Amino acid sequence: MPGSCSPLRFPYPLLHLHPPPSALFHSLPSPLLHFPHPPFHHFPHPPYTAPLRLNNVSVAGQTQKMNLFQSITSALDNTLSRDPTAVIFGEDVAFGGVFRCTVGLRDKYGKDRVFNTPLCEQGIVGFGIGVAVTGATAIAEIQFADYIFPAFDQIVNEAAKYRYRSGDLFNCGSLTIRAPWGCVGHGGLYHSQSPEAFFAHCPGIKVVIPRSPLQAKGLLLSCIEDKNPCIFFEPKILYRAAVEQVPVEPYYIPLSQAEVLQEGSDVTLVAWGTQVHVIREVATMAQEKLGVSCEVIDLKTILPWDTEAVCKVNRMLENHFSPHVSGSLSPLLASIGPWNLVGIIFVCVIFLCHSMVTVLSNYRWVKTFVTWLIC
Amino acid sequence: MRKMLLAALSRVLQGPAAAARPVSRVVVASRNYADFASEATFDIKKCDLHRLEEGPPVTAVLTREEGLHYYKTMQTIRRMELKSDQLYKQKIIRGFCHLYDGQEACCVGLEAAIKPTDHLITAYRAHGYAYTRGTPVREILAELTGRKGGCAKGKGGSMHMYAQNFYGGNGIVGAQVPLGAGIALACKYFGKDEICLTLYGDGAANQGQIFETYNMAALWKLPCIFICENNRYGMGTSVERAAASTDYYKRGDYIPGIRVDGMDILCVREATKFAAEHCRSGKGPILMELQTYRYHGHSMSDPGISYRTREEIQEVRSKSDPITLLKDRMLNNSLSSVEELKEIDVEVRKEIEEAAQFATTDPEPPLEELCYHIYKNEPPFEVRGPSQWIKYKSVG
Repeated sequence: MPGSCSPLRFPYPLLHLHPPPSALFHSLPSPLLHFPHPPFHHFPHPPYTAPLRLNNVSVAGQTQKMNLFQSITSALDNTLSRDPTAVIFGEDVAFGGVFRCTVGLRDKYGKDRVFNTPLCEQGIVGFGIGVAVTGATAIAEIQFADYIFPAFDQIVNEAAKYRYRSGDLFNCGSLTIRAPWGCVGHGGLYHSQSPEAFFAHCPGIKVVIPRSPLQAKGLLLSCIEDKNPCIFFEPKILYRAAVEQVPVEPYYIPLSQAEVLQEGSDVTLVAWGTQVHVIREVATMAQEKLGVSCEVIDLKTILPWDTEAVCKVNRMLENHFSPHVSGSLSPLLASIGPWNLVGIIFVCVIFLCHSMVTVLSNYRWVKTFVTWLIC
Repeated sequence: MRKMLLAALSRVLQGPAAAARPVSRVVVASRNYADFASEATFDIKKCDLHRLEEGPPVTAVLTREEGLHYYKTMQTIRRMELKSDQLYKQKIIRGFCHLYDGQEACCVGLEAAIKPTDHLITAYRAHGYAYTRGTPVREILAELTGRKGGCAKGKGGSMHMYAQNFYGGNGIVGAQVPLGAGIALACKYFGKDEICLTLYGDGAANQGQIFETYNMAALWKLPCIFICENNRYGMGTSVERAAASTDYYKRGDYIPGIRVDGMDILCVREATKFAAEHCRSGKGPILMELQTYRYHGHSMSDPGISYRTREEIQEVRSKSDPITLLKDRMLNNSLSSVEELKEIDVEVRKEIEEAAQFATTDPEPPLEELCYHIYKNEPPFEVRGPSQWIKYKSVG
């Protein structure tokens, strides 16, 4: 039941809004403190080595070492082979895509099923909605998440509302939009954005972000199967960096279910995508240096998120790439409810990209609100 | 014995100067500038026209000064781009770098036909335009390397360079075209006889907002020249595979269009003069398609040979290179000499080397300036950094 957590214990360093005691500050990974050369892969990516169990059923079968883009290719390959109506389209997908996610698919399945579109994101998504409305499975690729904004109107006004406005007569549930997401360190303004918060405000679509190849394949297949339009953001920094043994056969990881990666009792750390690996490292460091037991949760589905997993927190630290103001924190906070906020809620946003800056116009609001909570 | 005595005697008689006199003299050739013609007339390719009765002239006059100036500018841009390539491979330039070599005739030709008070906006392949619009090479290279001496103070990078009456430098494909129409509206509104050149590529020509802009510009008769730099490939996609109609100059439908050979600087100059005249006379917008070619790939992370053959690139280099075309014209018509052009090359190389030296040694912008210029504010405000204990000041 929400709110029924362990008795409140406030580890002193985490409470303070003033510059923290040197122990915590200096024990942060040093690259995070020293700009302007932020690290690209400073965090370890521990591959999943235990047998994959989904709903307590182990996923058997042959596995293959794959990185993130290869696991995406595998998922798309499975889809195209099983679903004769599936088509993949986007800018430059025919030769394999700028991140090699669709390599070999055109040769295997033909140019009618894997084809390039001209440079028109609004057109791509609108076209995808049309394909999906007829019942075919449409997998649209937007070349970078930063370019998704011309298609924003189509996603929010058309795709998300189709089922509702037609009284369930029509829907574009078989539409999945994939886009490389998140910062890489050298992306600048237009190859680094994390726009999931814009879509988190829109009922009718699902927003999913995996943290690893194993998660990516299962979640992408679930998105494609799901009867609602889904946006699948792929952390581009992990395309080559994350490598795991991934089953070759299809398997499905349920959407809207967060995963607790590490149990803990003092504070809950919530993240998604690349940041999950950072907070796992932070959790280990907090345990070693501060004796703080952290619960690490990978949210996976941003919308609709797993309210049960997250609502049991008492003290939560949420961690994400996107700008601070009205980041994905706000709807999460709103759903948790005021009685669970007895404690301190921190938002920790870590930017790995130079030019992602935050306008903290409501930082003072947060500080005031939090002070009110304590008093 | 006698021969030795004779030799000694002759040496004595010649005097001390004999030792200093060189055995052979080198005659230094003196250049006589009167040998050069002051101008020459050239036939240029006729432009294809859409909804126009007459087009730009088929002959162009090139004076010696103009020729040398164009040559020097194009060579500077070419060497600057090659230097950027080198610096990128040395990882001194990071991020994105879209190089303009091969297309120099476009920017130099355009600049030759317009006034410095006219306005120009383009997409991300902007280094050439940044130079022709007045940014010194050292500032361009410093911007690429992210130093504070750069034209955008090191915060913009390759795609975001700005100068007087040059509005960038825009990353999102096609997004700059409606902006260009807006600038043209301002030109018309202020009544200063200025026009706006709005450039985009063959890939962007398929964006919806371009067509929206055509409509607005034609409806309100804005003094806007839409210029499509058709370099045959939108990143990795050839124009045939991306566009139902590759006649980009006709895509404006009700807007008149010209198709121009973008590798010939005189062709570009004459066509732009014609188009500028069309806009300034109040007839409304006009569309120009410049058929050009880029030697490098789309950006530095694209080798540029997976979607086109090396032979094709070589063929264009040998047959239609803009600098070679101009050089041949000048040499064949006695507008210049090989030595003079070589001297210009040496000068240009020196300038680029110095600029590269500056770009690699200038300090980076200080971390305090990371969050400047987010908003224009009266009092500076604080911006939260990656954690709540790291704060940056934002000064407008």
